[in-house]
Amino acid sequence: MNAATTVRAEALTRCFGDFVAVDRISFEIQAGQIWGFLGPNGSGKSTTIRMLCGVLEPTAGRAQVLGYDVARDPEAVKLRIGYMSQGSSLWNDLTVEEHLRLFAGLFGLYGAAANAAVEEWIARIGLAERRRQLAGSLPGGYRKRLALACALLHRPQMLFLDEPTAGVDPVSRREFWDIIVGLADEGVTVMVTTHYLDEAEHCHQLAFIYGGRIIARGSPEALKRAPGAGVTVEIISKENALLLDAVENLGYVRSASLYGSSLHVTVENDVGLAQLRAFLDARGIGPAESATITPSLEDVFSGLVTPAGVPEDHPA
Amino acid sequence: MNFRRMWTIAVKEYVQFFRDRRTVMATMLMPLIQVVLYGYLSSDVRYQPTVVWDLSQTSESRQLLAAFTNSQYFSIKYNATSMHDVVSRIEGGQALAGIVIPPDYAKLLHRKQSPEVMVAVDASDATAARTSLSVAQAIGSSLSGTLVIKELKMNGVPIPKIGVDVRTRAWYNPALRQEVFIVPGVLALVMQFTMTFLSMSTIVRERELGTLEQLVVSPIQPWELMLGKMIPLITIGFINVTMILLLAVFWFGVPIAGSLGLLYLTVFIFFFTTLGMGTLVSTIAKTYIQAVQLIQFFLMPSMLLSGFIFPVAAMPPALQALSYLVPLTYFLTIVRGIIIKGVGIEYLWPQIVLLLLLGLAVFTTAVLRFRKRID
Repeated sequence: MNAATTVRAEALTRCFGDFVAVDRISFEIQAGQIWGFLGPNGSGKSTTIRMLCGVLEPTAGRAQVLGYDVARDPEAVKLRIGYMSQGSSLWNDLTVEEHLRLFAGLFGLYGAAANAAVEEWIARIGLAERRRQLAGSLPGGYRKRLALACALLHRPQMLFLDEPTAGVDPVSRREFWDIIVGLADEGVTVMVTTHYLDEAEHCHQLAFIYGGRIIARGSPEALKRAPGAGVTVEIISKENALLLDAVENLGYVRSASLYGSSLHVTVENDVGLAQLRAFLDARGIGPAESATITPSLEDVFSGLVTPAGVPEDHPA
Repeated sequence: MNFRRMWTIAVKEYVQFFRDRRTVMATMLMPLIQVVLYGYLSSDVRYQPTVVWDLSQTSESRQLLAAFTNSQYFSIKYNATSMHDVVSRIEGGQALAGIVIPPDYAKLLHRKQSPEVMVAVDASDATAARTSLSVAQAIGSSLSGTLVIKELKMNGVPIPKIGVDVRTRAWYNPALRQEVFIVPGVLALVMQFTMTFLSMSTIVRERELGTLEQLVVSPIQPWELMLGKMIPLITIGFINVTMILLLAVFWFGVPIAGSLGLLYLTVFIFFFTTLGMGTLVSTIAKTYIQAVQLIQFFLMPSMLLSGFIFPVAAMPPALQALSYLVPLTYFLTIVRGIIIKGVGIEYLWPQIVLLLLLGLAVFTTAVLRFRKRID
């Protein structure tokens, strides 16, 4: 194992009865990276993270985190990682400060060391004025920041975040990501799952999981420019809604979706592009109103997940 | 085993428990209310409402009825004027016993013959009926004896002093007060109930809230987590026991005959079995509702088998064998022994040792069953 490799999964698999939640996935995360894990609900993101944290036993395959095997030595892994689970990980009847003190104690920080860590994190997440407030009465954004502080109090080298910004307003999300980026700069490795593709742009590496398998991976830039990403056209038209219905049914169109006042249509390649141009011309939409653009991550991933089928894992 | 980590959990649990005033009030008051309610539970069959059809209406018949009243087991509530009247009072549940005195009662007595008096008892509750019937028998024979002696004296016959003189002594509870027996048993029963219910929510509640995952991913070990959660519950349990004992002494007037120190020590051992049982259920159940249903399989039979209601010695051998698996069986013997009889460890050590072993077994199973995994 490379000294700079923090996480290594090899054919990691988890079944629940007959259902294969995670299907032989392999990947590596390098130290100091923000590694984004994307995919629709139920695609296997949380299951993977739980296996890596040592709380869920893999059915097959193996994984190492910070050099420790997650199945054989889960306690060694737990000592060195921070984990923020999806959903509520806070006790509504404990205050901000009580949460931090609890986690300090759980991770072996006592006395002066505990006080210092608690004060540092209360300041860092901006909850000094709310330190005696019950977690149950905190707004969503603050709750997430508190949960993050609880996961970081013991200065882990590796941080797992499972949908840390779900249900949080855009301003809080921005602030949250500023903290994550700051952590990565300090050398903490971060594995994060999210539904927000704008957030994925912050990641150094991305992997897209679907049906328990990783179907695309690479840096955000590389994914957008990959041959598999197709060609995306941005159409400005007054009849976007009507056009969307028409375009969606065309055989050569991979995906189409509305972005505010514009419509993004992705086709497989230049042949498809020519067909699309002809279709648009017939409706009086010229090249001026339909420019080829760099696809957003959303275009890339909505193109990957089509009813037609799921492509095999291809590194970009 | 890291004691500071265990204490961290204990602090969390203390804070959470005392934060919710309503839970605190409920946990403190519920056992007391239960003890007061159960404390008045009594199998005492005295003052049974009785219907009388006195066809004789003589001083002799009134003397007989006075004997029934003086026994304190019969309380004459209704005077009937027909057999139908007597039957309907009993059928309607207003009376539990009926006495019918024949019209020739006094006349037959004067003729030195034996009049027949009917005493009918509602025997739906066989135990209560048995007592009433034997009291009625005793009243009859005692009255007959008195009459015979009177007759012999009148005829100048000397009364021979023969017969068996049975001298009875009621040990430990000379006043035969029902509550002296009931209240220590209720203490045991109520504490079993309170402790299992408190501990039952420990793990399963964290599981339901989603916070268990956060604990499981921390370096805490199952022993530390379980014991940490037990410490506040044991504190609460001791507060409860102290309040119940105060209630027993000052409200019910049940004195504590034995050593208070031994009593608290055995209470502590008993807590381990009940907390262990609750925790075990908590690790098995997926939801709190499931835990509540599961615990019934333990609580109900343990109440019936423990000797709280029916003496273990009176059970069929198979049930007796089962009762030895119930921690409450031992603890009942222990509390009744200490509170009522005032006996010490020299008599109670077998029960104490077995209770301790059961507690260790149950608690260890609970800890081993709890794996630091999410499934």
